[in-house]
Amino acid sequence: MIHSLFLINCSGDIFLEKHWKSVVSQSVCDYFFEAQEKAADVENVPPVISTPHHYLISIYRDKLFFVSVIQTEVPPLFVIEFLHRVADTFQDYFGECSEAAIKDNVVIVYELLEEMLDNGFPLATESNILKELIKPPTILRSVVNSITGSSNVGDTLPTGQLSNIPWRRAGVKYTNNEAYFDVVEEIDAIIDKSGSTVFAEIQGVIDACIKLSGMPDLSLSFMNPRLLDDVSFHPCIRFKRWESERVLSFIPPDGNFRLISYRVSSQNLVAIPVYVKHSISFKENSSCGRFDITIGPKQNMGKTIEGITVTVHMPKVVLNMNLTPTQGSYTFDPVTKVQPLQIKSTNMGCGENYTTKAPKS
Amino acid sequence: MTDSKYFTTTKKGEIFELKAELNSDKKEKKKEAVKKVIASMTVGKDVSALFPDVVNCMQTDNLELKKLVYLYLMNYAKSQPDMAIMAVNTFVKDCEDPNPLIRALAVRTMGCIRVDKITEYLCEPLRKCLKDEDPYVRKTAAVCVAKLHDINAQLVEDQGFLDTLKDLISDSNPMVVANAVAALSEIAESHPSSNLLDLNPQSINKLLTALNECTEWGQIFILDCLANYTPKDDREAQSICERVTPRLSHANSAVVLSAVKVLMKFMEMLSKDLDYYGTLLKKLAPPLVTLLSAEPELQYVALRNINLIVQKRPEILKHEMKVFFVKYNDPIYVKLEKLDIMIRLASQANIAQVLAELKEYATEVDVDFVRKAVRAIGRCAIKVEQSAERCVSTLLDLIQTKVNYVVQEAIVVIKDIFRKYPNKYESVIATLCENLDSLDEPEARAAMIWIVGEYAERIDNADELLESFLEGFHDESTQVQLQLLTAIVKLFLKKPTETQELVQQVLSLATQDSDNPDLRDRGYIYWRLLSTDPVAAKEVVLAEKPLISEETDLIEPTLLDELICYIGTLASVYHKPPSAFVEGGRGVVHKSLPPRTASSESTESPETAPAGAPPGEQPDVIPAQGDLLGDLLNLDLGPPVSGPPLTTSSVQMGAVDLLGGGLDSLIGDNNFGAPPAAAVPARVGAPIGSGLSDLFDLTSGVGTLSGSYVAPKAVWLPAMKAKGLEISGTFTRQVGSISMDLQLTNKALQVMTDFAIQFNRNSFGLAPAAPLQVHAPLSPNQTVEISLPLNTVGSVMKMEPLNNLQVAVKNNIDVFYFSTLYPLHVLFVEDGKMDRQMFLATWKDIPNENEAQFQIRDCPLNAETASSKLQSSNIFTIAKRNVEGQDMLYQSLKLTNGIWVLAELRIQPGNPSFTDLELSLKCRAPEVSQHVYQAYETILKN
Repeated sequence: MIHSLFLINCSGDIFLEKHWKSVVSQSVCDYFFEAQEKAADVENVPPVISTPHHYLISIYRDKLFFVSVIQTEVPPLFVIEFLHRVADTFQDYFGECSEAAIKDNVVIVYELLEEMLDNGFPLATESNILKELIKPPTILRSVVNSITGSSNVGDTLPTGQLSNIPWRRAGVKYTNNEAYFDVVEEIDAIIDKSGSTVFAEIQGVIDACIKLSGMPDLSLSFMNPRLLDDVSFHPCIRFKRWESERVLSFIPPDGNFRLISYRVSSQNLVAIPVYVKHSISFKENSSCGRFDITIGPKQNMGKTIEGITVTVHMPKVVLNMNLTPTQGSYTFDPVTKVQPLQIKSTNMGCGENYTTKAPKS
Repeated sequence: MTDSKYFTTTKKGEIFELKAELNSDKKEKKKEAVKKVIASMTVGKDVSALFPDVVNCMQTDNLELKKLVYLYLMNYAKSQPDMAIMAVNTFVKDCEDPNPLIRALAVRTMGCIRVDKITEYLCEPLRKCLKDEDPYVRKTAAVCVAKLHDINAQLVEDQGFLDTLKDLISDSNPMVVANAVAALSEIAESHPSSNLLDLNPQSINKLLTALNECTEWGQIFILDCLANYTPKDDREAQSICERVTPRLSHANSAVVLSAVKVLMKFMEMLSKDLDYYGTLLKKLAPPLVTLLSAEPELQYVALRNINLIVQKRPEILKHEMKVFFVKYNDPIYVKLEKLDIMIRLASQANIAQVLAELKEYATEVDVDFVRKAVRAIGRCAIKVEQSAERCVSTLLDLIQTKVNYVVQEAIVVIKDIFRKYPNKYESVIATLCENLDSLDEPEARAAMIWIVGEYAERIDNADELLESFLEGFHDESTQVQLQLLTAIVKLFLKKPTETQELVQQVLSLATQDSDNPDLRDRGYIYWRLLSTDPVAAKEVVLAEKPLISEETDLIEPTLLDELICYIGTLASVYHKPPSAFVEGGRGVVHKSLPPRTASSESTESPETAPAGAPPGEQPDVIPAQGDLLGDLLNLDLGPPVSGPPLTTSSVQMGAVDLLGGGLDSLIGDNNFGAPPAAAVPARVGAPIGSGLSDLFDLTSGVGTLSGSYVAPKAVWLPAMKAKGLEISGTFTRQVGSISMDLQLTNKALQVMTDFAIQFNRNSFGLAPAAPLQVHAPLSPNQTVEISLPLNTVGSVMKMEPLNNLQVAVKNNIDVFYFSTLYPLHVLFVEDGKMDRQMFLATWKDIPNENEAQFQIRDCPLNAETASSKLQSSNIFTIAKRNVEGQDMLYQSLKLTNGIWVLAELRIQPGNPSFTDLELSLKCRAPEVSQHVYQAYETILKN
């Protein structure tokens, strides 16, 4: 099971360590640093590293490395999932998962980690339960605490902890009962040089924000549930009901959570809302070239397209570039060679195009 | 009001100031001080000096302060065991607190304090908490048992906590069940023999019920536990599968992958004709694809597992090729894995798409990725024959790009394509030759030289090309030098007239000016071949080469089956069995896929029971076992050990002197098997497995010198499967030592070096006694013979079949796995001769169920030759008698792990029409009988 956790920032400082079993020396991270050096790019550090006595499983989130140390055969996915859950919890508690936020709240972080894992076994990872055990820091509370001397640690057993619905706490009350659902879909597509689609799929999630009193039992039905190729559910969803009727029936957790994520991959169903055309030309005997890219909306059932960002990853040999966008603004980071172009306009009637002049080497 | 203030230090001694604050009267100040201490601890600062002051703060009703002190205690109790005792009272008191949260917190913290003295006090509170009315406390206590077991395993067993833990599996609360399973699994991992998780249909049912209701992490523990169960028939397997399938839609990818493991394993038991089998296959694909949309770290682990799954069951993902197309922002480790899977899924139907993709990848910027993409094109050509032509033309296009590393990779793979499809694509050679000058990597240069040599007759200026390489001969790497030598010899054999000078030049370079023994030897061989018999040289050098196939990079099937059982674990990420890398060599239980059994067959007929003799037949063999035998041997059964040794006239040849030696050692005390000769290091075998466990005793000494029967060498690892390395071998036993005689042949075109060998654990602990010593690098077509001494002090794990040995051989190219069966007689030790009385007593002592009978057919031997043949393999004849014209030989042998096997061999001499021998074997470990019988048969028939 999970032995220890080290939090490491981008410059390679270990700024937090937590051990659930015996103490493992920080020097174990040297193997990680070695792998990091080899990988050159922070995102390319392999997630599983073996050392003579331990295994290091790491994730990279928000410019931080979460490195866990394990000693026995443990499912790596279990560790990775857990680490992401830790990062999510920090995000949830402190609004951001950054070194500064963690250092500012180091005691809460420590208490949280202790609450989330016992002897390497996950204990409470549901945000609702954790918030009952350890109250998130707010300015008001810290003022109140300093006056009254009360603490931000709950002293009763979270009610949801042992019920069949561990994700919800009892006794929730709201004056305005409301529930919000956000449907977020992301199209992932590979388009070849000539503009035809090689591969396209939709990754969708439904995020919910539920503020309902008591124990609400909700159901949500789809116009055409057959579109969904594969679904991953929050544990609150009754699977049997979905299997038989294709209806999502559930008692929701309180607050924000991800209800389902789904995938649509039949290609003919995935309509890509924009088209992209490009051309690259190099001048003979010169180190300069010209790169044009044109983006425009496709037939899109009357909906407008907003907030387009184009990111171009330039190869390392590119030294500099001059851009002339017809719309929007651009930046170019000479270190990562990434060039995001933002197009702020809300209606894209005509084709956009912008030109890049890049010296070749 | 942030905690970062805790990190600021004052100029005065920090510890000193904290100490003062901790002893302050003000509660608030105390709490702040403890927080500062914790903050220092989080960054690895040593604040253990404050131990007594912090412990003083423990007696408080403020839960937050209590928690903070507990956090501190867990970290530092180990360094201050005496002081930690001060905390015990508070713990014990807290375990009785009315608030379940505090009870649980106390028992949880106590388990984390790894101090022996404290653990003694822990037992009573823990026992109470395991039976607590509140499930939250029970589930915490369950984990605490695992913690305690880690500190003091004996204590846990003595206190009976394991049984309480087992009872918790039937708890009404699913969370408690999940934690109990997790704790038991962890304990079982360190004690593989303890058989803690005794799974039966009832407990499985409970686990499946709990599965639906417990947390995601609990589901992982339960699914991993289910995967270790072997259903009794296909119906049970199907019903478990049906109940596990909903887990595939879980949001937690670890749950999904654990569920996939259970399904992949149990699917093995389902018949392929079943409708359900098809449904299940269809259900497996979408969740696997969904894993690929998760975070890159998860994707990586998922891809490593998918790699195994597509090798085992390619049908699951055969239509999902496109999801493995790489995305521009995938990390490199994900890209490389995707590429690997794309090749595995490549087939005639989708090859066009794959090639188009690979061609794009070859123009990427990342060098490693580009190289792998080019290699992948070559592998596609070898895998999908119909696509070969398209692959070759793609490769040619890539060569036209003139990007240096692309060209070099392309040439290396084109060489492989030539090996697979000879005389088909030689038209491209001209293009390759144009790029000769740009090659600077040894592998590419060697490949190009090979091509020039192999097709010398079609290349007009082959001699010029090779000559150009020859100029810098001494600066080349060995690989290139060897290749160049061979290529020029080939050229000479094809065009003898024009190239005589060239060949002489290279031969003298190789033999006279080179320090490399491989090169020199190969040079001499060619030289002599050419000067003595050019025709033979032609036959040898220009011999037809075996075709290469795509299978070389597949995982060996037995290993694959084992890895399928480990889906989702580290083993699946490394593609190695856990025994090969898990720290400490704690007994890892070997897992294998369950055999396919139909429920109709489970009511099996008695005939199928192996080695079970029909009871009625038994009295014929030895009527009234001990008595009759005793009489006929003229032995006085009365004083068994204290009496003088009796050597009787009825014992015939050979047996007499042997018996003398054996009996001598019996005088005085009844320890046998300790002759004066050098004793093999004694070993106490770890009790592993069920039947053998109590028999893993002390090993034997060495008595007589003998050489047992040696089987001819057999090919264990064909060159096709090991990138050109062929291994054949046999096992021998000589003068009390076992060795493995190996013959390594290099059938590849590159030199092999850095050989090493390793055995997987096996039933008798066979392990190499010395490293594999191959002194010189193994050049192409070279063969070496090595005798590898073995001992039996390696780790033990029961294998199926018993004499299965899994071997890993490494060289500079790769690691190869194969398994072989060793003849059991190499394990028969020299002091396997039992005293007669002992024999009688033992024969009677072993229950009749353990007796197995075999027939050795067509073996026309008389008693003398049989017994002398057997004796040379350490099977000792103790007595012989003649009953109704049949010779009965009573024999004993002992295995290296101290298992005695007693045998009765019935021979019918003088009856030419009846040449079968009958063998009955008795042994306390009946598993070995079958293999002992095989050993008898091999020895007697050779």
